Amino acid sequence: MSPKTLYDKIWDAHVAHEAEDGTCLLYIDRHLVHEVTSPQAFEGLRMAGRKVHAPEKTIAVPDHNVPTTLDRAKGIENEESRIQVEALDKNAKEFGVHYYPVDDVRQGIVHIVGPEQGWTLPGMTVVCGDSHTATHGAFGALAHGIGTSEVEHVLATQTLIQKKSKNMKVEITGKLKPGVTAKDITLAVIGETGTAGGTGYVIEYCGEAIRDLSMEGRMTVCNMAIEGGARAGLIAPDETTFEYVKGRPHAPKGAQWEAALNWWKTLYTDEGAHFDKVITLKAEDIQPVVTWGTSPEDVLPITGVVPHPEDFTGGKVEAARRSIEYMGLTPGQKLTDIEIDTVFIGSCTNGRIEDLRAVADVVRGKKIKEGLRAMIVPGSGLVRAQAEEEGLAEIFEAAGFEWRLAGCSMCLAMNPDQLAPGERCAATSNRNFEGRQGYKGRTHLVSPAMAAAAALTGKLTDVRELM
Amino acid sequence: MEKFTKIQGVAAPMPLVNIDTDMIIPKVFLKSIQRTGFGKNLFDEMRYNRDGTEIEDFVLNKPQYRNAEILIAGDNFGCGSSREHAPWAIADFGIKCIVSTSFADIFFNNSFKNGILPIVLPQEQVDILMADAEKGENARMTVDLEAQEITTSDGDVIKFDVDPFKKHCLLNGLDDIGLTLEKADSIKTFEAKAAQERPWV
Ligand code: SF4
Repeated sequence: MSPKTLYDKIWDAHVAHEAEDGTCLLYIDRHLVHEVTSPQAFEGLRMAGRKVHAPEKTIAVPDHNVPTTLDRAKGIENEESRIQVEALDKNAKEFGVHYYPVDDVRQGIVHIVGPEQGWTLPGMTVVCGDSHTATHGAFGALAHGIGTSEVEHVLATQTLIQKKSKNMKVEITGKLKPGVTAKDITLAVIGETGTAGGTGYVIEYCGEAIRDLSMEGRMTVCNMAIEGGARAGLIAPDETTFEYVKGRPHAPKGAQWEAALNWWKTLYTDEGAHFDKVITLKAEDIQPVVTWGTSPEDVLPITGVVPHPEDFTGGKVEAARRSIEYMGLTPGQKLTDIEIDTVFIGSCTNGRIEDLRAVADVVRGKKIKEGLRAMIVPGSGLVRAQAEEEGLAEIFEAAGFEWRLAGCSMCLAMNPDQLAPGERCAATSNRNFEGRQGYKGRTHLVSPAMAAAAALTGKLTDVRELM
Repeated sequence: MEKFTKIQGVAAPMPLVNIDTDMIIPKVFLKSIQRTGFGKNLFDEMRYNRDGTEIEDFVLNKPQYRNAEILIAGDNFGCGSSREHAPWAIADFGIKCIVSTSFADIFFNNSFKNGILPIVLPQEQVDILMADAEKGENARMTVDLEAQEITTSDGDVIKFDVDPFKKHCLLNGLDDIGLTLEKADSIKTFEAKAAQERPWV
């Protein structure tokens, strides 16, 4: 048999039907659902008199619209947001899928809840009507975002019409330097490839620096595969993965665990397997990075300066000009001279316990810059509970952070957590698009440690100087 | 789904690269639980001032492009989120075809499911169409899906590729779910086999 990549293996194990032209029906093991992209899909089922094909493989949780303030039990003030969440409550019940409502301690961002509850397992196919489904690739699961028509298709048939993508390898050799994190890796890769560099590919991340990452860090890396344009990002499962999965509520137990483990251990890229594109970065070369513009590819080391539009070529010249103007920056300005108004720590990129520990390590015993707005939004109710148990919440509150309930929050600002026009934010989320965090709001993407450093100084800051 | 066979219409030029889904339809409009009515908010933040008045020099606000049915766009169109609200807004506005050098994967798939034809062409050909679109209202282009051809207002013909299955579905306005349910037996067989091999799933 010819050698296969990890992607080839998972793909082959899930093809339910293949047409002559190569169009496949890919079987879906887990379907995650949230309130924004699903109402029209459930409505479609209802209108066609269809039911959910496999409700036991479908997991729903509201996250995008939910308030994250402590008084959210009062209900959702914005009427349209409330209607969406209520629609999910109703659809989950009517169609009999697994559900974590707003008042359940396990509620949180769908991509944090799935792994936390053991729904996401190695070798699975996982989809969700959300582009950051790529996160689950950290387990060696083939995971990607789909549109609402496809949500309806998966609900009705438990399959997706797909053509196979190409294979791309991103290898990070060697070891990371202190102060450099998974977030810097994933941003550095996008800086290297551009936001369209992965289009048409499934990326497998590998190399020593990736192996050395915890599951939390691996999820951060895979989360942003989509910002690099890839359909999905994957990391081969290993002991770190098995250790994380073991004992989770929906992970296999007993004899099934052993059987699963046997199969999971075969999930790696065979020696000599073909990749259509290969990118290699040295971990030592990666520095703490920030974005200066309005595309995730606008990445520079924190030691850099705002570029000139003329540094670019083609359509990017105009895009860079527009970005710099939108961001209110001056070419040549040092990145560390950029003052910020707000710090947002959270999201499916960086809302896990390890991210919060990294923040606590920087701000312990210190105070954030006076007048700055800084919020920490844990990725799930369980992350919040654990942070409280570990004493992190006290550190945050003493430093002056707002300590919130779980949700997407200011990552996309569909709930009341928004930037005002012109307000500048250091954010641990994944998108710095125009208006992403609020109309005319300005976003600089950073790691949790860098966000914490910025909160202390009120400027974009090289966290290594505070270490 | 509405069929797509051939259109002849005005093409609007949008040379900006990396036009993302937040630009196409900002998230404040994602709160609807309907599929329709998004057209008036297409490109909302680029198209309107905060007070709701139109920004005159935005391309779709110019008299000659208000009824555009084709969009000629810069690289990596539709990057960002998986929101199908983006193609819903585009279709609701009346745009049926988008041409670019590249599209984001999810957006590309979503377009076909909403009767929109996204066409990928090399830079030189996109440049030709962009220049043609710049001419405004009188420069009507023709997009013929059956023949896989775009004809410029000057009569130049540009061939394009399209996935045969997706072409078939667009031409006939076919609903994916209905097609897949015809293969229900394959799905059942797969499930039985998977339950044996991977019972923990
Ligand atoms: S945290 Fe942000 S990126 Fe993640 S699912 Fe929520 S809105 Fe999307």
